[in-house]
Amino acid sequence: MSTEAEQTVGPDWQEDVFRVLKAHDVKHVVFVPDAGHSAAIRMSYADPDIKAVVLTTEEEGIGYLAGAWLGGERGALLMQSSGVGNCINTLALQVCAGFPLLMVVTMRGDWAEFNAWQNPMGQATEASLNLMKVMTWRADDPKDVAPLLHGAATMAFNGDSSCALLLGQRLIGEKKWVK
Amino acid sequence: MGQVSANHALCRREVVEALLADRKDVLVVTGLGSASYDVMAAGDNDLNYYLWAAMGSAITVGLGLANAQPDKSVVVITGDGELLMGFGALATVALQKPANLTIAVLDNGHFGETGMQVSHAGFGIKLDQVAKTCGFSWTDEIRDMEGVHNLRERFATRDGVKLATIKIKAENPPRVLPPRDGHYVKNRFRAALGFNPI
Repeated sequence: MSTEAEQTVGPDWQEDVFRVLKAHDVKHVVFVPDAGHSAAIRMSYADPDIKAVVLTTEEEGIGYLAGAWLGGERGALLMQSSGVGNCINTLALQVCAGFPLLMVVTMRGDWAEFNAWQNPMGQATEASLNLMKVMTWRADDPKDVAPLLHGAATMAFNGDSSCALLLGQRLIGEKKWVK
Repeated sequence: MGQVSANHALCRREVVEALLADRKDVLVVTGLGSASYDVMAAGDNDLNYYLWAAMGSAITVGLGLANAQPDKSVVVITGDGELLMGFGALATVALQKPANLTIAVLDNGHFGETGMQVSHAGFGIKLDQVAKTCGFSWTDEIRDMEGVHNLRERFATRDGVKLATIKIKAENPPRVLPPRDGHYVKNRFRAALGFNPI
């Protein structure tokens, strides 16, 4: 989590995430927090048309978004790559029932990672998603975030498909461990 | 910790039949396993969503549905073992406080689907007390049919998030299998609410 001062302004690409979700009529933003999602989380809490739902673990979001879709509404799940591992079994729900699922995943263990304990799951994130029939795209450049998320959202909500955008560590920037 | 929740009198099929009698437009989500057979035995319905996998997801599906359909009553019917796998979701539900959501936990204190091993609830964890501590508006532990009827009356009130553990006999009645085609069940549920397939 970032400090409050860091959260007051975020890079444009972080706000792009929220803007694209809004453009796709997302009504539920469910998340396990990460610094890279700070802007989208803050903007979701501030938006009266959006339910911002903090989860204790990422797989709760899979069930939640299936329920929201049963009730006729769209949502998105924001998380860090470590959380992808927590979701694996639960993704059967999307595979077997064809619920649309849009995930935005900030990467760890991906580039310039200080904490090597993040590397095993970070390196396995995309392959794990693909094994569970989730389509993936990744953005390492700020200008790619909006178009790639638009593409993923389009294919999720128009194809009853599971789609994930991975936000690379080069995009997010190195985590500063010593200040 | 010894086993403390054996020999309850309530029969799960009678409980669920009573809960869903005259249900009107209540939306029902079931956990996987025995709870889904009980709901199916009480009568298939377009407004039932049965899980066959994703253990631990019944109350999160119910939460998403309740938040998307605030003017409808949503009832989650699941087992103690299923709920325990998504234990943290009780905290997530408690923060959201969906006034239209009721969780009915069929608590036989055992993992009935896998050979009747004793569950955490069977060893003494009181799920209704956990929900109460998390901040649910109303919780109860039900041990008789009067309590079951009282719970059913509360579905329609939509005046706060509720959870009841219903202490039932550890038994496996004959399976009554709900449809396994998840796309079909999803699409007919949505259609019943007026939503088209993509």
